Parts: sequence; structure tokens; C-alpha cells
Amino acid sequence: MPQPNDLKLDHIANLARLSLTAEEKERFGRQLGDMLDYVALLNEVDVEGVEPTAHAFPVVNVWAQDVPEPGLSVEDALRNAPERRDNMFVVPKVVE
Amino acid sequence: MNYEAVIGLEVHVQLKTRSKMFTRVAAGFGLPENTLTDPVVLALPGTLPVMNKGALDKIIKAGLLLGCEIAAVCKWDRKNYFYPDSPKNYQISQYDQPLCRGGCVEIELPGPARNVMGEHKRIALTRIHLEEDVGKLNHVEGASLVDFNRAGTPLMEIVSEPVIRSADEAFAYLTALKTVMIYGGISDCDMEKGQLRCDANISIRPAGTAGLGTKVELKNLNSISFVRDGIAQEIRRQTAVALSGGTIEQETRDYDGQTGLSQSLRSKEMAHDYRYFPDPDLMPVEVDEAWKSAIRATCPELPFDKQRRFMEQYGVPYTITSVLVPDRGLSDFFEETARLCGKPQAAGNWIANDLLRELGAAKIELSQSKVGPAHVAGLVRLVDGGVILSNAAKEVFVDMFRTGEAPEAVVERKGLKAETNLDELERWCAEAIASNPKSVADYKGGKESALNAFKGPVMRAAKGKADPKRVDEMLRRLLAR
Repeated sequence: MPQPNDLKLDHIANLARLSLTAEEKERFGRQLGDMLDYVALLNEVDVEGVEPTAHAFPVVNVWAQDVPEPGLSVEDALRNAPERRDNMFVVPKVVE
Repeated sequence: MNYEAVIGLEVHVQLKTRSKMFTRVAAGFGLPENTLTDPVVLALPGTLPVMNKGALDKIIKAGLLLGCEIAAVCKWDRKNYFYPDSPKNYQISQYDQPLCRGGCVEIELPGPARNVMGEHKRIALTRIHLEEDVGKLNHVEGASLVDFNRAGTPLMEIVSEPVIRSADEAFAYLTALKTVMIYGGISDCDMEKGQLRCDANISIRPAGTAGLGTKVELKNLNSISFVRDGIAQEIRRQTAVALSGGTIEQETRDYDGQTGLSQSLRSKEMAHDYRYFPDPDLMPVEVDEAWKSAIRATCPELPFDKQRRFMEQYGVPYTITSVLVPDRGLSDFFEETARLCGKPQAAGNWIANDLLRELGAAKIELSQSKVGPAHVAGLVRLVDGGVILSNAAKEVFVDMFRTGEAPEAVVERKGLKAETNLDELERWCAEAIASNPKSVADYKGGKESALNAFKGPVMRAAKGKADPKRVDEMLRRLLAR
């Protein structure tokens, strides 16, 4: 299946912070097209009279009371940080 | 051509909860970096969010206070974007099913004078939804440092309709909104702590027309004055562009309160595409009548309703009510004092003038004051009953504020009781008259001001503790004989 015409591959790659070669664009475009085709099978299901929902189960109001519990120590919180400084996570400079 | 501004405000308010929105680690401000985290805050693999019931109670309360329609059912959505302040790479928010819709904020515009109530208006709201706050970035040389203490704090976004017309209205809107939030115990709204943040969408159009111009989003309005000044500056900037025949670009601008100028943030190459979709980890929220009623029972009287009531019920002037009412604690203090002494106007004056002055000088909060409603009520009764004179009462107030003594005790200790012994007063007056026959003749000859000549000696004899009004009456009575 070739890549669909309305697939904005560059846009999707950009949102995912991926930089793709021409060859990869061709290959992934085709694969995404296949996935979309497969998911499109759902369009054949008759949903007349079915109320739209975000969940399959009729469960609501799953919550906890507002009572604090202990969290992580600074040491544990930073354990996976590739780099730390002043008890903070170091990331490449971002300026919006 | 004349232009008019069209402004909509997006206000973020941190809810005053003990724990975070979707996990139970404590929420807080001013703690050492990364001490308020847990696996959910850091989005470690395998963690799942659990809603904070307290945060839901608070947004419902906000909605009820502002007259919003509370959704019977609402869900949670993921707003997807990559930014290091958000370790999940998405923010849990509400996209198409906010908890509150509609409603309004009553505002008061500046009056013609400080002591005259300004015009009141209602600013319509579009919606209020709940989401989670993000972490804080600290920019240093060559890197950014992330503190996740703030990440996951319950955050309410209050969106107004584009119906605000001026910088003054925006200022009044934020002031009123903040007061309602503090009254309801929903948020402390301290802008310095980031508990209330405001972005403004501003456009202009030829006056009297109905369309909407290209809007500019103004960010970083981090004090209520900056909101007013930033918006005023942006309206001037857009008007100048329009008048010179230029085109207003759709952009986001960053306001700098120090310089009073804004600059364009690097324009995004494309519009944000957050790819919202329902969060599969969280079940919907269903709000029934019982829940709403329980919250409604905890809703306080709205500040402007209280102000109108103070003016009508107690006859307290506008200026005094506008000092008392914005502070819920102070208005409660006033009502209790008024109830105890039955003299609301006098009570209002003591609280709005003397109490606030002393609190300010001592740099303490009302809650730390040694003077309670009973003290002020006692003082009002002493003055009203003629036991002490108003000058002495000022002195008593300062003393009882310092020591917490009852006013009666201060009067006793300092011997401030007004001279109420009429026999003694009569003797002093008679002596003053007897020793000044010339003024007696003048007075009897119709020279009203001659009366003053007797008052000095009487007050001296009374060591200042005689009531001038009584002295006046007594002198006239004796001279009329």
C-alpha cells in the first residue's frame, strides 16, 4: 500500500522530534498507510445509537482524598538523571 | 479613525490543596528543589494517576461562586507536547468537556472619586477547566535546570469571553476574581508565588464595529499592575500600527514589567498541534446534585454582595466597606464587633482606620492581632457612653493593641476617664466666668465668640479630661442665668 496523499509525514515527524531520511520517509509512510488502513476497518462497525465514550467501562469518580503521603528523596528523584546540578535535572538549554 | 480594544483573559489559578492533582505527594511553594516529587510526578514507567477529590471540590466551588454550569459528566484529555518542564511529554487537561461552563465575574470599575462607588459590570466566562501545573525551568549558562516541585499541582484555567474593553477593566476583573478565590478558600492567589498567572488576548477594531481583529497574546503579566500596564501598552502599540497603515501580526509577545515594553517571541514555524485525546488512565468525573449541594453549603457570601449588605444593613459608607470587604477576615471581625457594640459605623471606623494602621505599623496579620472584636466593641461603648473622650480613645486603642488589655483596664490604669462629675465641672465653669467679667459682658452683648475665653481655663482645670461639648453647654447654662 503506498503512502496516502493526505498523510502529513513531515509534520508528524516534526511533532515526534524525528528527522527522517528520504528513504525512511518512503518506508515509514508506507507502513503508516498500512496501519491507517487497518484501523479504518473500524469505520465499518455500525455504531448507530451508541453514545460516544472515552471508556468502555461504566466506572466514574475514581479518586483519593486530599491527604499527602511521603514522596521521593531528592537523591532518589535524581537517580535516573543523566546529569544534575544544584539538585536539579540538567537539560539542553531551552528558551521559549 | 478611533479604535476600541477587545480583550479576553486566560487566568491560571493554583488550587490550595495539600497534595498534587493526580498523586498524593505534597504540593507546596518555596521548598528546596525536587523535594516534592514521586514516581507519578516524574512520570516513571508503570505509574498511574489518581484524581485528587479535594481539587475537584475546589473547582466545583469556584464554578458555583461564579455562577457557572457544572458539567454532569466530564473527562480528562492528554495535551501532547515535548518540553522539559513536563516529564510525561503530555499534560493532563480537559479539552472538550470542562468541569465548568459559562458564569461571570462581577467587577467594579474605578469611580469618579475614591469615596464614590464605580460602575459595576459582569464579565462573562467561557469555561473553567482543571489541569496539572508543570515544573519550573531555571536557565543558566549553556543549560536549563528543572525543578519538578510545581509539576502536578492542581491548576484551574479560567477563560473569559472576549468582552473586556480596557486595561482598567482587566485590572478590575483580576482583582475581583482573586478576591472571590481567596474568599472561597480556593487559592491564595499570590502572584509572586505563581499561584495566579494571567495571559491576555488583545485585538483592536474600529470603534463601534462588531468583528474581531487579529489577536496578539501577551504573556508574562506577572503582577496585577503589569496586567493593566501591559494591556494598555499593547493597545497603544496596535493602535499605532493600525493608524500608520500597518498590519497587526498574530503573535505571542512577552511583556517586560521593568521597561513597560513587550517584544515578539520567536514566532512558531507552525501552529501548536497538541493532538488531544482522552486519557485512558483516568475515568470520567460525574457530578450529581448531592455533591453540588454539599459544596454550595460551604460557599461564602460573594464580596460585592457583602459590600452592598454592609452599606444597607449597617449604613457604613462606601469607603469603609471597600476597605473591610476585600479581606474576609477583616469583614468577619467587623461584623462581630458591630454585633457586640451595636454601633456599626463607629466599629467600621476603628477597624478601617486605627486597627489597619496599627497592623501595618507592627507588620503583622489580623490573625496575629492581640486586639479582637470584643476590645474594639468595648472601646466603642466607652466613647459612646461618654466614659472617655475620643482623643483618649485613640490612646487606649494604641495601648490595647500593644498589650491586648481590655479597653476598660487601659482607661483605669492610665486614668483616662473623662470628667463626668457635673458638680466639679460647674465649679470650674463658674470660676472661669467669675474671673473674666469683660468676656461675660461681651457674651451678653451678643458676641458669641467670647464664650471661648472661658473654655481654656476650664480645660486646664480639668487637665484635658472634660468633654468640650459639655463644657460648652455648662458655660451657656451658667451665663444664661
